[in-house]
Amino acid sequence: MINELINMDGYGIYVWSAFIFTLFNFISLYAVIKLQYKREREKFKLKFGTLDSEKASSAKLQSINKEILSNSSII
Amino acid sequence: MFKYFEPNKIFSITSKAPKYVLALFLIIFTIGLIESLVLSPEDYKQSHSVRIMYVHVPAAWITLGIFSSITLLSIVGYIFKIKNFFLISKSLAPSGFIFNIIALVTGSIWGKPTWGTWWAWDARITSMLILALFYGLYLLAWRIYQDKEQVFKITCLITILGIINVPIIKYSVDWWNTLHQPASINILSKSSIHSSMLFPLMIMTAAFALFSLLIFLMKYNTELIKIKNKGLDRL
Repeated sequence: MINELINMDGYGIYVWSAFIFTLFNFISLYAVIKLQYKREREKFKLKFGTLDSEKASSAKLQSINKEILSNSSII
Repeated sequence: MFKYFEPNKIFSITSKAPKYVLALFLIIFTIGLIESLVLSPEDYKQSHSVRIMYVHVPAAWITLGIFSSITLLSIVGYIFKIKNFFLISKSLAPSGFIFNIIALVTGSIWGKPTWGTWWAWDARITSMLILALFYGLYLLAWRIYQDKEQVFKITCLITILGIINVPIIKYSVDWWNTLHQPASINILSKSSIHSSMLFPLMIMTAAFALFSLLIFLMKYNTELIKIKNKGLDRL
């Protein structure tokens, strides 16, 4: 059963390589986009930390800024 | 109506949505993989190699859908000066490009056992390659140009030129003699594909659509934070 699934009457090499290529691309794209997101969020946190209290409180008036700071994990 | 699409208003939704979309994608994708690799029948002519269809066809459909959406959003965004539409287009492009590459590579892998060759300069395959070039140009334009007005104009132009290629891709199998088979699924007329193969195909299409939605949401959130980072610099 397992051998049949892997071999697929000689077509296994084509079928599995197509599926593995797709999976590899999915994982790579997901990892790259997640990394970009994390990097930007860290940059935002860092910049926010350097603001003086007056600027920080005015920036916090925008709900999106509060969301970025509070939203600890996107996924 | 467009004010409801303002980034500040929708960030609370787009920032929370990815985890639910990822969970749903994993469930649907697992079902799709079991259906397409184990449960679906082999083809009487192509045998097991037909299973490549379950990744090749959804990838091709979604890349075409994304490019059409990018074009529409860019044109509407340019006419009505809605910057957010450009941001949405920019966030859609990476998954569209990756699906285009998947369609080309899996098509090439499928070609070897079916046609006896990895590649042919056939109308469908060549027009798909041209679409990948347009995706590449589009993504490159966002990297090269820093001026917003300039990048909006150039990306809009790239999509308008690229969209001419989309009907060529669709009808290339009818207009020319190609190695590529004609469409097996028709919305307006009866499809020639059996339901035992149509079901896994639809499941995989749903999974691929969910994956592109997931990537879109993550990329869109990243772009919004990038804008907010610039905003903090100006404070």
